[in-house]
Amino acid sequence: METSQHWRLRKQRYALVGEVCPHCESKIFPPRDICPDCGEDAREMYQFSGRGEVYSHTTVYQAPSGHAENVPYPVAIVRLEEGPLVTAQLTDVGDQPIEIGTPVEMVTRKLGADGERGMLVYGYKFRPALVER
Amino acid sequence: MRPVSIVGTAQLPVQATTQLDLRQLGAQVVRGAMQEAGVERVDALFASNMLGDELQGQKHVAALIADESGLEGIEALQVQAAMASGSAPLRMAYLAVGSGEADLAVVVGVEKMSEGLAAPALSKALDAKEVADGATLISKNADLMRLYRKRYNVPEDGFVNFPVVAHHNARNNPNALFKDMNVNPRTVMKSRMIHDPLRLLDCSPICDGAAAVVLSPAEEARAHSPHPVRILSSTVATDRFRVGDRPNPLWLEAAHKSALKAYRLANVHRGDIDFFEVHDAFSIMACMQLEAAGFADQGQGWHLAEEKRISLRGDIPISTMGGLKARGHPIGATALYQVSEMVLQLRGRAGKNRVREAKIGMMSSVGGAGSTVITHILGI
Ligand SMILES: [Zn+2]
Repeated sequence: METSQHWRLRKQRYALVGEVCPHCESKIFPPRDICPDCGEDAREMYQFSGRGEVYSHTTVYQAPSGHAENVPYPVAIVRLEEGPLVTAQLTDVGDQPIEIGTPVEMVTRKLGADGERGMLVYGYKFRPALVER
Repeated sequence: MRPVSIVGTAQLPVQATTQLDLRQLGAQVVRGAMQEAGVERVDALFASNMLGDELQGQKHVAALIADESGLEGIEALQVQAAMASGSAPLRMAYLAVGSGEADLAVVVGVEKMSEGLAAPALSKALDAKEVADGATLISKNADLMRLYRKRYNVPEDGFVNFPVVAHHNARNNPNALFKDMNVNPRTVMKSRMIHDPLRLLDCSPICDGAAAVVLSPAEEARAHSPHPVRILSSTVATDRFRVGDRPNPLWLEAAHKSALKAYRLANVHRGDIDFFEVHDAFSIMACMQLEAAGFADQGQGWHLAEEKRISLRGDIPISTMGGLKARGHPIGATALYQVSEMVLQLRGRAGKNRVREAKIGMMSSVGGAGSTVITHILGI
């Protein structure tokens, strides 16, 4: 993989770096270089805050490859405060009930093992927000 | 385009597991459908299979099945659209015969999910980036069901009649996986929680199966069959790939677009549809397709089930021979089962499950969580 591309992927995975469309100001995640809203080029990097709320969620018992050792685990669609919906696992949930609308924030955690190479893969998860907003 | 008819069908009973391999499964139904059509040779074969690569280590099934069927040298292609795969080669065969490129075409779907792990393989219909973050096809449907229930205030048992009606209808289908199973609302609500709030009986089963149909130009159809069934329209539409990228994740825009186009091309109104073979892989998907095709307003689709308006005597019968839920959902073969069942309905040969005076039926196939939707309208 080309180094700059690799770097971009790392940024997406660890830090929720997406893009902002210079034409219509749409916030884009994950980055895709063409704005889905207006169809123009969108290559300006944009750092998402990592704050959002649970849009919907479930618990996975039958995992895709690389996640078999983690089941059961909670996975959610999170609405970032900037707008986009992202899929991510929930973590540090404790006894707190997760509901649609629960405020969450991004953290970096181990996601699972890369199926073919057995390497640990790190990325973003979301946990219930520690500070009330 | 010249009009196209279905002149032969064949289906094997859906089973939890079969000893036959993909080429044997395919050849049996290809020969069965050709026999029913009274033809020894066809010009083209279009095949569907989603998981063979993953579970059997087998790609290239169209040429494989053509060879096993004794159709040496024939044009044979596999067409893919994830869980909508069965309808993709049906559309290609329709285009081939309709355009005059082929005079006779056979469409075959095969799937063997009993070997290996089907669930992770099915998740590959999603964006791999989301799967890397832990999502699965089932988790996406669970997300949608939870969101739907919350947004539209649906009680916990609000979807219960989707599986109940499907299982009821499967009891009179000798090819249904669950033909011997009794399911009532209590059975559904007591079934195991799979991905909360999805219960086992909200999900279609893992199974093996194969089905095939033969197409010919409508003007020659009666030479092959005393009761040909016309393909009135064939459409496909796509949506934003990821559920989260859609303006309203609870709205299946691809199902809406393909249904509207299918009505227009078939020159029918929604009210003319006598029954609808929906892609009820999950109760929530059946509900959202009914809304997308215009049979209910947004947020109201579940009432069609609650009030049993989806049953055989209701105003929009669905899953009339058990649907994906109870006949079974051997992925690549599913749409060919749907077509075969619709042909039975339209010929008045669906036995106890006959939809009275059925003249026009619609079927849909959904790839992923609604990224691809293929719609066909059939009629006599
Ligand atoms: Zn834009």
